[in-house]
Amino acid sequence: MNKLLKFIKKIEPKKGTINHTLYDGLFTFLFTPNDTTTPEGVHIRDRIDLKRTMVMVVLALQLCYLFGTYNIGHQHFQALGIHTGFFNGFHLKLAYGLTKLLPLFIWTHVVGLGIEFYFAWKKGHPIEEGFLVSGALIPLIMPPDLPIWMLCLAVAFAVFLGKEAFGGTGMNIWNVALLARAFVFFAYPTTISGDQVWIAGFENILPGAQVEYGWWQTSFFNTLFEWFGWAQFDPSATIIDGFTGATPLALAYEGGWDKVTEIYSSSQMFWGTIPGSIGETSKPLIILGALMLIITKIGSWRIMVSGLFGAIVMSMLFNLWGATPFMNVPWQDQLLMGSFWFAIVYMATDPVTAAGTNFGKLIYGFLIGMIGMIVRIINPAYPEGWMLAILFMNTMAPLMDHYIVESNMKKRLKSA
Amino acid sequence: MKMRRTIFPSNWSSISIATMLAVLISTQTGYSQSSADNDMVTIGLLLILIVLIIGAVAVASSNVIQIAVQSKQTNYHKDYSEEDGLPSRQVHQLKKGMDILLKGASKNKFTEVHTSRYALQPFNFHNIAPIPKVVVEDGGEVLAGDPLFYDKQHPDVFFVSPVSGEMAGIVRGAKRAVNQVIVLADREIKYKKLNSPDLKSSDRLTIREFLKKNGGWPLFRQRPFNILPDNEGDPRDIFISTFDTAPLAGAMSAKIDGRYEAIQKGVEVLHKLTDGKVYMGIDGRKDAELPRELTEINGVEYHAFDGPHPCGNVGVQIHHIDYIKKGDIVWTIGVQELITLGNMFLLDIYDAQRVINISGNAAHDPHYVKTYLGADLSEIVPESFDDPGIRVISGHVLHGNKKGENPFLDFYTQQVTIIPEGDQYEMFGWLVPQSMRPSASHTYPNFLFKDMKYNVDTNKHGEKRAFVMTGQYEEVLPVDTYPQQFFKGIVTQDIDRMEGLGIYELVEEDVALCEFVCTSKQPLQRILREGLDYMQYEA
Repeated sequence: MNKLLKFIKKIEPKKGTINHTLYDGLFTFLFTPNDTTTPEGVHIRDRIDLKRTMVMVVLALQLCYLFGTYNIGHQHFQALGIHTGFFNGFHLKLAYGLTKLLPLFIWTHVVGLGIEFYFAWKKGHPIEEGFLVSGALIPLIMPPDLPIWMLCLAVAFAVFLGKEAFGGTGMNIWNVALLARAFVFFAYPTTISGDQVWIAGFENILPGAQVEYGWWQTSFFNTLFEWFGWAQFDPSATIIDGFTGATPLALAYEGGWDKVTEIYSSSQMFWGTIPGSIGETSKPLIILGALMLIITKIGSWRIMVSGLFGAIVMSMLFNLWGATPFMNVPWQDQLLMGSFWFAIVYMATDPVTAAGTNFGKLIYGFLIGMIGMIVRIINPAYPEGWMLAILFMNTMAPLMDHYIVESNMKKRLKSA
Repeated sequence: MKMRRTIFPSNWSSISIATMLAVLISTQTGYSQSSADNDMVTIGLLLILIVLIIGAVAVASSNVIQIAVQSKQTNYHKDYSEEDGLPSRQVHQLKKGMDILLKGASKNKFTEVHTSRYALQPFNFHNIAPIPKVVVEDGGEVLAGDPLFYDKQHPDVFFVSPVSGEMAGIVRGAKRAVNQVIVLADREIKYKKLNSPDLKSSDRLTIREFLKKNGGWPLFRQRPFNILPDNEGDPRDIFISTFDTAPLAGAMSAKIDGRYEAIQKGVEVLHKLTDGKVYMGIDGRKDAELPRELTEINGVEYHAFDGPHPCGNVGVQIHHIDYIKKGDIVWTIGVQELITLGNMFLLDIYDAQRVINISGNAAHDPHYVKTYLGADLSEIVPESFDDPGIRVISGHVLHGNKKGENPFLDFYTQQVTIIPEGDQYEMFGWLVPQSMRPSASHTYPNFLFKDMKYNVDTNKHGEKRAFVMTGQYEEVLPVDTYPQQFFKGIVTQDIDRMEGLGIYELVEEDVALCEFVCTSKQPLQRILREGLDYMQYEA
C-alpha cells in the first residue's frame, strides 16, 4: 500500500490544472486524505463522510440494478413469446439487458461527471460526490430504449442548469435525477410515455413486428453462446399475437382494475416482472433498499412513511368518489402499479431537495403522496405523477421549512 | 388549546392559488390532447376537488404546526413544587445527545505537581482586546492574587497571578497579541491577603468592586456570548453545572477535593451578586456519583439531569431550567472556579488550585493531577510534548485547544486529553475502514455495540463539503431549535434567524457534538463563534 501511495503521490499533476482536479478526485476516492482536525474546535471527527453516505444509496440501489437489467431482457422475450418462464433463457435475458442498460449507465456518467469535473476545476473545488447518486438513479428511471443522445442532453440539462447553476452539490433546489427525466418527458414525450416505449428492441409494439438486433446480439453474444452451446438470439423472431406493451397504469386508466388483471396478475406486479422504467418495477427489492436506507439513517423514514400514508389516503378518497374506472381501483392495488415505491424511497428522500426539518419532512412526504396520486389518476395524458409531485414539493420544501423555523423563532422572541 | 391560523398568512394563500392556477392550466391542456370521452363537467369537478384538497391540507398542516409548537412550548416553563421548605429535585430527562466512549479514562490515582511556570492566556477570555495592559515589569515579584494585567476596555477588572513568583515576561503571537503572561513560580506559594469584605454586611457594589480588583471577576462567564461579565447589569440567575459528561471527563467528586466550605461560601457570594436564583445542575444519571459537597449546599435550586452528553453542559441545563430570552443576562461558573471564589472570602486568599484529569488513549499514565491554574503541561506530561505524533489538548476531544508551543492549561478547563495525531492516509478508508473509530452514523455497525470503547486519532475522515444531510444535528443537540437553519443563518449573517434560533443560549461547547457528527465536516464551533462575535459587534 505504501508503495502504491508513493507512486501515486509521484505522478501528482500541477495544481490548478484540470488534470489535478481529476487526480484529486481519484486520489481521494482511493485514499482517505491525511487531514487532521483544527487546533481549536473538535479534535476528533466522526468516521462518516459524504462519500460513504452517497455510496450507501448506490449500494441500496444494486438490487434494483440487477433486477432491472434482467427485466429488460425478460420483457423483451415476453413480447417474442419465447423463454417465457422467468428463469428460462437466463443468459440471453441478462446479456440483452446489459446491452441496453450499460450504454445508459456509461453515458450518464460520462456526461454528468464530465460537467461536474469541469465545474470543480473552474471553481477550484474538490470534486463533490453528489453525482454518484444522481448518476446511479438516472438510468433506472428511463425507458430501456431511450436514444443515447436524448439521455446525454437530459443529463447535461439536469446537471448544468439544475445543479451547477445553483452552486453544486448541496445547493440545488430540484432533484437532479428527476430533472433529467422531466427534461425528456417534456422535450421528447413520445420516447417516455405511451405503450410503445417500455419494451426494448422493437420499432413498434404490434403483433408481427420483427425484432431489431444489433451487432452485440447477432455477432458478439451469438458467437459466444454458440461456442458455449447455449441458446442464441433469433433475429427473425416477431411479436406474438395479443401482446400489448401497455403498463398496468395505462390499462387501469382505460378500464380500471379488471382490465389490468386481464393481463397482469397481482404477484407479477408485486415482484416486478412487468414493463416499466428500468429500476422501478420490483417492489420487494425497493423495499429492501428502503430498509437499508432507514436502518443506516440515510433516507428519512419520515418522508417514506408519510408519503405512503398520503398516497393511501388519497387513493381511498378516490375510491369513495369513484367517478372513473381508474378511481375505482382499490387503494391497495394502486400501490402495486407504477413507480410510487421507487419515487418515495429514492427520489423524495434526497436530503438536499427535501424539507430539512423533521416536521417538515412529514408534511413534505404526505403531500407528495397525495399530489402524486392526484396527478396519476386525473391526468389523462400520462397516468403517473410522482415525478411531477416530487419536483413540485421540492419547490415548496424551503417554504415549509421557512414557516416551521419561523414558528420556532416566534416562540423564542415572543417570550422575550 | 386555542387554534389560530397565523402560520400561513396571506403569502401562503397567494402561492397556493398561483399553484392551483398552474395545475388548472396544465391539466386543461392535458385534457385537450386526449380523447373526448370526458365531459367538461367532470373536469371542472376534479379541479375544484384539487383546489379544495390542497387548501385543506395547507390549513390542516398549519394547524398541526401550531399544535406541535404549543405542545412543545409546555417544556419551556415548568413549575416546581416546594415541600416542607426543601426544594424538590426536578429531574430533566434528556433524550438527545451522544456519549462518545473512549479508551484512556483517568485512573483513580492522584499526584500533586507544582510546575515551575504558570501563565494566563488573554485569548481564553472572549471579549478582551488581544493586547492587554501588563502591570508588572519583567522580573518583578508577585504574590498569588497580585494583578498581572488588565484589559483596556475594562480597566477596573484585574487578572491576577495564580501563584507567587517572579514575572517571566510575555509571549507575543501574531499582530503582537499577548498570548501568555508567564510567572516563574516559587517553590512555596505565598498568598496575598485580600482583606475581603464581610459578606453579610456589605452591599452588592462592594462585593463587585472587590471581585474585580482581586481576580474574582474572570471566574464568571456571562451568557449570551460566553464572555467576561459586563461592568453594568446584574445577572438574572447564576448557573452551575456540577458534572461533566464530555468524553473522558473526570469525576467531579475527585476535583472538588473535599472543599465543601468553600463551595458553600461561594454560593453565598453568588447570592450577593444576583437577585435571582442560583441553580445547580447535578448528575441524575443512573450510576451518578453524588458527593456530599455537591448535594448538601444550602441556597441553591437543584436540578438533576439525566441523559447522554451534552446534558452536563451548563448551556443545555440553562435551556431546560429557564432559558435565556433576548435581553437576559445570566452568569455561569464552574465548580472549581466556585471554590476559588469561596476561598477568597473563607480563607481570604486567591486559591487557584485546580484538579485536572489526564486522559486519552495516548496518555502514558492517565490519572488526576492536583496543580494550579495555568500550569505548564509540558512539565506534567513531558513525554507527550516530545512526540510530534501526539496531540495534547487542554480540554476534551470535542472542545479544547491544541497545546504545543504554548503548553499552558487554559483558564476554564479542568481536563487534559492526549490522543495521537491522525495524519495518515487510509486506503478506501471511507468504504472499508481499517480501524474502529467512534461514529454516530448507522452505516457503521458501531450502533449495535453501545458499550464499546474506542481508540481515536485526529484524522478528519473525509473532506469538507457543503451542508447536505439533514436531521443529523438535531439528534445530538438537546435544545429546542433547528441547528442547521441556525448555522446557515450565521453564515448568511441573518440576525433575525440567529436571535430566533437561540444564539443567546448556545456557545461552542454545546454544538461540539454537532460538529463531531457532521457528515460535511463543517467547522461549526468556529461558525458559531463568528456569529457570536458578529452579534456582539452589532449590539
